Amino acid sequence: MKIVVCLKQTPDTEATIKLTADKQGIEEQNIKWVMNPYDEYAVEQALRLKEKHGGETVVVCMGPDRVTEAMRTALAMGMDKGVHLKDDAFAHSDATGTAKALAAAIKPLSPDLILCGRQAIDWDMAQVPAILAELLDMPQVTVVAKMEMGADGKSAVCNRRIEGGEEVVEVKFPAVLTCDKGLNEPRYASLPGIMKAKKKEIKPLGLAESGLSANDVGKASSKVQILEYLPLPERPPGKVFKEQETPDMVKQVVKLLREEAKII
Amino acid sequence: MDFDLTDEQKAIRELARRFADEEIAPSAKERDEKEIFPDEILKKMGPLGFLGGPIPKEYGGAGLDYIAHAILTEEVGRACSSVRTTLSVHISLAQLTILKWGSEAQKKHWLPRLASGEILGCFGLTEPDTGSDAANQKTTALKKGDRWILNGAKMWISNAGKAELAIIFAQTDKSKGAKGLAAFLVERNTPGYSTRDIHGKLGMRSSNTGEIILEDCAVPAANLLGEVGQGFKVAMSGLDHGRYSVAAGSVGLIQACREASVAYAKERVQFGKPIAGFQLVQEMIARMRVSEDAARLLVYQAGHLKNRGRPDTIATCIAKYFSTEAAQQAAMDAIQVHGGYGYSNEYPVERYLRDARVATLYEGTSQIQQLIIGRHETGISAFV
Repeated sequence: MKIVVCLKQTPDTEATIKLTADKQGIEEQNIKWVMNPYDEYAVEQALRLKEKHGGETVVVCMGPDRVTEAMRTALAMGMDKGVHLKDDAFAHSDATGTAKALAAAIKPLSPDLILCGRQAIDWDMAQVPAILAELLDMPQVTVVAKMEMGADGKSAVCNRRIEGGEEVVEVKFPAVLTCDKGLNEPRYASLPGIMKAKKKEIKPLGLAESGLSANDVGKASSKVQILEYLPLPERPPGKVFKEQETPDMVKQVVKLLREEAKII
Repeated sequence: MDFDLTDEQKAIRELARRFADEEIAPSAKERDEKEIFPDEILKKMGPLGFLGGPIPKEYGGAGLDYIAHAILTEEVGRACSSVRTTLSVHISLAQLTILKWGSEAQKKHWLPRLASGEILGCFGLTEPDTGSDAANQKTTALKKGDRWILNGAKMWISNAGKAELAIIFAQTDKSKGAKGLAAFLVERNTPGYSTRDIHGKLGMRSSNTGEIILEDCAVPAANLLGEVGQGFKVAMSGLDHGRYSVAAGSVGLIQACREASVAYAKERVQFGKPIAGFQLVQEMIARMRVSEDAARLLVYQAGHLKNRGRPDTIATCIAKYFSTEAAQQAAMDAIQVHGGYGYSNEYPVERYLRDARVATLYEGTSQIQQLIIGRHETGISAFV
């Protein structure tokens, strides 16, 4: 079977995010970029399916040159090859524009299965996989925490995480699945994997080759207009009680912990 | 000159850093306290290729260049020196020595098993009465038919209690002195071969150190490593690799000291401000950073020579001498930054100091490194 994994490169969860002066974006210098952590589950799932059922695994990613680092990580983990949607025209696409570009790259591959992370940890919108499924006219199952291949090899039974429990869904391929924590334990890339990854193909795909027009993607096509980004409010300074009788201070602290901090 | 790492070297740093943080560092304190050997960690490292990094692919290794090998060793050393020392011996002293001196048959037989982590290796040079004067081996090897009969004892051998394969150095003809030495590949299950673990070490407590006792150990002639008379050369080339690995591990240890000190100094408030804001604390942190960079560059310089196949003995001695001394100083400074808390095992810096201590002793003391460098500079040997 042919499995495509959609990848996004996101800032590391521990990166300190600073806004640009015009509040239209974040400072990208000095940020450590990583593979979106949820996408690791998608890569792992693709590799496990391939190891069990054979086939080919392709990683598709959109973004500037730096995103090839995340793609190489996926290739080092064992993915077979990559397609890199790389064109200034794709920059500042909204979820629809991004999904259109991914669909254009994925369609010629005719995959049996498309795996994505449940959401990217940067913008947290979880929209691209759903739009992608619509554009490719495929069924979608989101937030998959467990997946069993059907005996026919052309379907799967998936457990979705929902509020207070799980929903069990059967889906026929080709389909789009979004992967949640718990689906598997992503492997480390291996040293031989890293050495092999440098020889694996990452095919660049520009706007012209994608068959899309400049109106389909990028800022011009965006139906979402960012007005501004706001930083998180500064943490208020701690309150210090002193020079009072201890029982009085304890009472005040307990009151604040209960009513203001709401932690007891 | 190009100071940029390649994309692969960066990816290896990233992988090793993550593995070290997630799989090695969390258990380091407990393993140190209870003298637990890192069997579980080695089991996870094997499939990732960490146990045979610089060994060529044809012998089951990952085919890393020596700078990538140092990067991986640094990251492991940053998390836990005990795991790092286990690797230094297994990879650099055992495998790289077999790679250089082994026959094709020996390499094909042993390297894939060692590189995959199926078995561990060790290096039996030091003896109860033979340390720095390594040529003065008391262990004997006598040829009897198609076998060599080994008798003697090896002391302070890392991995001794865990290794299935030991490189044992022995004297074949006392009258020839250093020219009578030979190296042998000795399997653990050889009758007459036994080991005894050494407990109660100051540092590297999660690594295995022991004694090897050889009582009429009959080793097949095919297990001679190199030729009779080459034993001392085999040992010294092994140490060129071992010292390189120790130096790289020490770079990681200095980095760990710096990172712990910076984090603590920014949190700890005295006189109404974080102690990181005091000049005398910054002096110690700056010294750690400078010695970390200098040590790393010395290691990469030696690695560059190894990659080019050029003589690296002096560059490696310089890197080992500087890095291990600097690591000790960094660990002392790290405790000073931490104050009383650094003196307890609530923080990792006391372990860093205990672990750093042995690095100026093993694989050639700092004094031996100085004598090698001094001999190189003056042309006069001060050894004997």
